[in-house]
Amino acid sequence: MSIQVIIEKCTGCTLCVKACPFDAIRIMDKKAVIDFSKCNLCGACEPACKLKAILLEKPTEAGARFKLSDYKGVWIFAEQKQGKVQSVSYELLGKARELAAALNTQVSAVLLGHQMEAEATELIWRGADNVYLVDARELLNFQDDPYTNVLISLVNKYKPEILLCGATTIGRSLISRVAVKVYAGLTADCTGLDIDPQKKILLQTRPAFGGNIMATIITPNHRPQMATVRHKVMKEAEIDKHRKGKIIREDFKSGELVSRTKLLDIIEEIGSLINIAEADIIVSGGRGMGGSENFKLLEELAKVLGGAVGSSRAAVDSGWMPYSHQVGQTGKTVCPKIYIACGISGQIQHLVGMQSSKTIIAINKDPDAPIFKVATYGIVGDLFEIVPALIQKFKEALRK
Amino acid sequence: MNIIVCIKQVPETTEVKINPQTNTLIREGVKSIINPFDVYAIEEGVRLKERFGGKVTVITMGPPQAESALREAISVGCDEAVLVSDRAFAGSDTWASSYTLSAAIRKVGSFDVVLCGKQASDGDTAQVGPGISMHLDIPQVTYVKKIEDIKDNAARVERMTEEGYDIIETPLPALFTVVKEINEPRIASLKGMMRAKQAQVIHWTAKDLALEHDKIGLTGSPTQVLKIFTPTPRTAGQMLHGEPHDVAARLAELLKNEVI
Repeated sequence: MSIQVIIEKCTGCTLCVKACPFDAIRIMDKKAVIDFSKCNLCGACEPACKLKAILLEKPTEAGARFKLSDYKGVWIFAEQKQGKVQSVSYELLGKARELAAALNTQVSAVLLGHQMEAEATELIWRGADNVYLVDARELLNFQDDPYTNVLISLVNKYKPEILLCGATTIGRSLISRVAVKVYAGLTADCTGLDIDPQKKILLQTRPAFGGNIMATIITPNHRPQMATVRHKVMKEAEIDKHRKGKIIREDFKSGELVSRTKLLDIIEEIGSLINIAEADIIVSGGRGMGGSENFKLLEELAKVLGGAVGSSRAAVDSGWMPYSHQVGQTGKTVCPKIYIACGISGQIQHLVGMQSSKTIIAINKDPDAPIFKVATYGIVGDLFEIVPALIQKFKEALRK
Repeated sequence: MNIIVCIKQVPETTEVKINPQTNTLIREGVKSIINPFDVYAIEEGVRLKERFGGKVTVITMGPPQAESALREAISVGCDEAVLVSDRAFAGSDTWASSYTLSAAIRKVGSFDVVLCGKQASDGDTAQVGPGISMHLDIPQVTYVKKIEDIKDNAARVERMTEEGYDIIETPLPALFTVVKEINEPRIASLKGMMRAKQAQVIHWTAKDLALEHDKIGLTGSPTQVLKIFTPTPRTAGQMLHGEPHDVAARLAELLKNEVI
């Protein structure tokens, strides 16, 4: 693996300098020079050079580790909590069907839990051709070790070419360890998944640097090609009760289901409040709310719309809202259908957490607030006048 | 108790801006910081030392200039610092990074707790912490928001979930990735800063670690970047003007289909 500039071909045209996302190329004496302390070998410069003066040698010998043709089928990990398959898994199924169609192969779901028969059937209705069902008391709730062991052993046995998993607390903990063990490539938080029509490999597109750049990642020589997808990014697969599929039961010995960690208790804190990562509509408040009591206003609007209440970091740091409601770089990333930002100025740290929302509404008294730059609809004014009016108008609109 | 904290130096991502003319990243003058989530891991390591005694070793993998991140960690209470740096590591993805870091942790010697931030702010993958625990074959708890107690070679911790939290007990050694709820990081004292200036940072290259050479850097990385591009930036939409009542009515009308 290496990168070099072929000095004879380089004219110092600076195209590669502009293409480099890591600021690793300088022109010195009319020749491109790569700063290896910054270079990430990403290869962005290679196609940018019209003179083919950049030589990037990518490794090929790793292909020997995997016989790629042995790997078939698109898998999803079906995450369950308290015996309910999580909706992120149905979103993965929708995408998996598209990928499987492009590859002319089958979709399978892996479901680990206890007494999950009915949920396995729903996975078939939602698009799985096969459900690998592992039923054991030890798998009732997620625990790292047994879940990891089971998934690794199923991957080794059936060799899927693609394995998708939700980018949830459970998914991220589990899938990273599975990828390490089977030496698979894993791409986090993909917003786009497609099949390269020629090479038939998975093209995984994801944001980096807080969404400032996008990268398309491939796993050329390792299998499975593994990716996580955040909740609400893909469209949920619909139920079709006529769909047929197979439930394949897999048995594991209790020795394979031992957990080194012990789950002592599960505490639910959110209660009646809707989890912001799950919500289709989020009403969010920032410094402009002025105090915790004013969030009641947002709660009322959220209730009318069937949404959840979010907040900026400023409101959390002021103690007005709990951290679990924070949207942004150090909080949660959300992509609801509607995001209503009230009294949020729109610092970049906040924007990276919500700018993929479908429709953004900004209400702020400062006409120069950066939030207006990303807003679908912007209203300059006093939120304490506008939000109550909105509550009333939406109530009327929804009554009709 | 031996505590190891893994950190990463990252660009202050929120300062990374796009040049609209060339559509490229402007990284000129963008400063490097300790990954914000790792700051909580450092603090928790130091707090564990204060509660239970022992030593905190901070490790980073990166270019030579990442040494400044290690010195910053020493200034707030870490005892020893290791920089794992080699051109051979360039292009490492999360597989190769967690493999390399796990080899460095093994070389440090015996350890009870390994701490990582929940994810890094540049890549946001949250994969390296779990990856290290797998390479080391030790139990892990991710998204830890509280280390309640450590006794009899076991820890009781709280793992943050989407709905609340789990209470988990794990034997040691174990790896924890931590969230910002876990603590409030301290600011370096003058004495700490002096110590950081004088501290010896240990440098290890690929040769110093027990590594299989086809498992490091770009060669050892299953994933490859095919291309990097700038997303179409979101543009400002429509401003609604008028009396609150009228504006609200128009907005309700515009959103009617999406709300129902």
